[in-house]
Amino acid sequence: MYPTSYPTVTDETFLAEVMAQTPGGEKLRTCLQCGTCGGSCPSAPEMDHSPRTLFALIAAGEREVVLKSSAPWYCVSCYYCMVRCPQDIPVTDVMYTLRRMSARGGAHADADVADFSRTFIDLVERRGRSFELGLAARYHLTHSPLEKISQGPMALGMVLKDRLSFRPKRIRNLAAFKAILSKAKAIEVRLIAASRGEGH
Amino acid sequence: MAYGYYPGCSLEHSAAAYDDSTRAVAKALGVELVELDDWNCCGATEYIALSRTGAYALIGRNLALAESQLPRTNGKAVLAAPCSACFLNLSKAEHYVATHADLASEMNEALAAGGLHYTPGSVEVRHLVEVLVTDLGYDAIRAKVQRPLSALRVAPYYGCLLTRPKIPGHGVDDAEYPSFLDELLHALGADVVDFPLKTHCCGGHMSQISADTANMLLHRLLKNATDYRADIIATACPMCQLNLDAYQAQVNRAYETSFDLPILYFTQLMGLAFGLDAAGLGLGKELVSAEKALAKIGVARPAPPPAPAKPAHRKKGDKALPMPRKKAHRGRARTS
Repeated sequence: MYPTSYPTVTDETFLAEVMAQTPGGEKLRTCLQCGTCGGSCPSAPEMDHSPRTLFALIAAGEREVVLKSSAPWYCVSCYYCMVRCPQDIPVTDVMYTLRRMSARGGAHADADVADFSRTFIDLVERRGRSFELGLAARYHLTHSPLEKISQGPMALGMVLKDRLSFRPKRIRNLAAFKAILSKAKAIEVRLIAASRGEGH
Repeated sequence: MAYGYYPGCSLEHSAAAYDDSTRAVAKALGVELVELDDWNCCGATEYIALSRTGAYALIGRNLALAESQLPRTNGKAVLAAPCSACFLNLSKAEHYVATHADLASEMNEALAAGGLHYTPGSVEVRHLVEVLVTDLGYDAIRAKVQRPLSALRVAPYYGCLLTRPKIPGHGVDDAEYPSFLDELLHALGADVVDFPLKTHCCGGHMSQISADTANMLLHRLLKNATDYRADIIATACPMCQLNLDAYQAQVNRAYETSFDLPILYFTQLMGLAFGLDAAGLGLGKELVSAEKALAKIGVARPAPPPAPAKPAHRKKGDKALPMPRKKAHRGRARTS
């Protein structure tokens, strides 16, 4: 005899939150646990949970374990998982959602990656364009610089080949640009509160 | 043919060779590239990792500018991006706002703070290589070839974001085993390597964050291309070029290998095949020199800038009195 009903997870709030913050995220509910995502992932060996395990943990409502996992931070955005998923789950986008949730909660296991993103964003917000030399200098001089001494000749080569500029570029209409981004931040705060069911 | 052109931040500095060669090749092909005025960064893979609305607003500003600045063909403004990450970010966000009304209103609410608005579906974002092979076609490209690359074994490297994720409307043939870059290189007369890892990942920003992960992925690609006796890897992405080129020495140290594989942009190879001047294609800016490989097709390294003239030494036994020498004039003359 086959069972007529299966035990259901009582707490779906975490799953619902992840789905609400990911375009097409509702497909997460259809995960078959086939493992194609993890098998396709070039950085799976570095992750403490494979994407498949992560999705099982999300479905089980294991918020803290998931948000402490290094897996989303090691995702290299290669999208192999996404084109191979038989259920069309936007796996890479779910990883981005988990990074955002983890960074907001301050629980992320691998702080360096989040710092790199923060430094990048900070420089873009100031001028509207990325500043490669500023990013490399600010990030690497504050994150184990001594281990990176061996990268010196490469950096020097980049400078000598005129591939790293000391002068950052900026956009003209910076005031409107900054107004758009600060509005975006306000909208995001409102949306996150809504996805958690606050303010209802 | 005229297209909107979104160069992206890398092409301003570290990948200037890609920008130079793109503009030179477009000119030779009669393709007009109109740079989007006052474009901003696409956010790379960093912005979306910390703020979704911020990432969409950032991309939305570019789409809104494209909508208002560019002429329409079949109701759409076409924006061509040579950087695979910019291409993916802009095209994916466009697809998502066109299919998710809530994302579109979220984006437009932010854009309104800067007096902008984007109508979903009004801009079509395409990768430069896809524009060239689809709209011009291989025959038109072949017709321009003056110096066939037949002596060069070239491994076409697509990387990730050029072919994945497969977004409806992307004119890319296959997400995992595409062939359009192979075909393009064939049209240039190159001996094209059937490169098994052509869509595998270069590690993206991992070269900055986790050297071990980056080294592992880069080693895999360099070994595979070397095993297949490639002289050159051709890329269509500044991040792939940077990782494979600038971190090749680091991979060699970590794996005790001696890879010496130059990484060039496909546009540089197009320019060479068209017989354009090597210096105008940004050649010589790669850290792993392409000089030896390019000698196979008779391309000499661009002449280095003339060294400043050294003052002549006094000859031994010169009995004349030492006189002040006339200084060579250097730099711009001051007017005040």
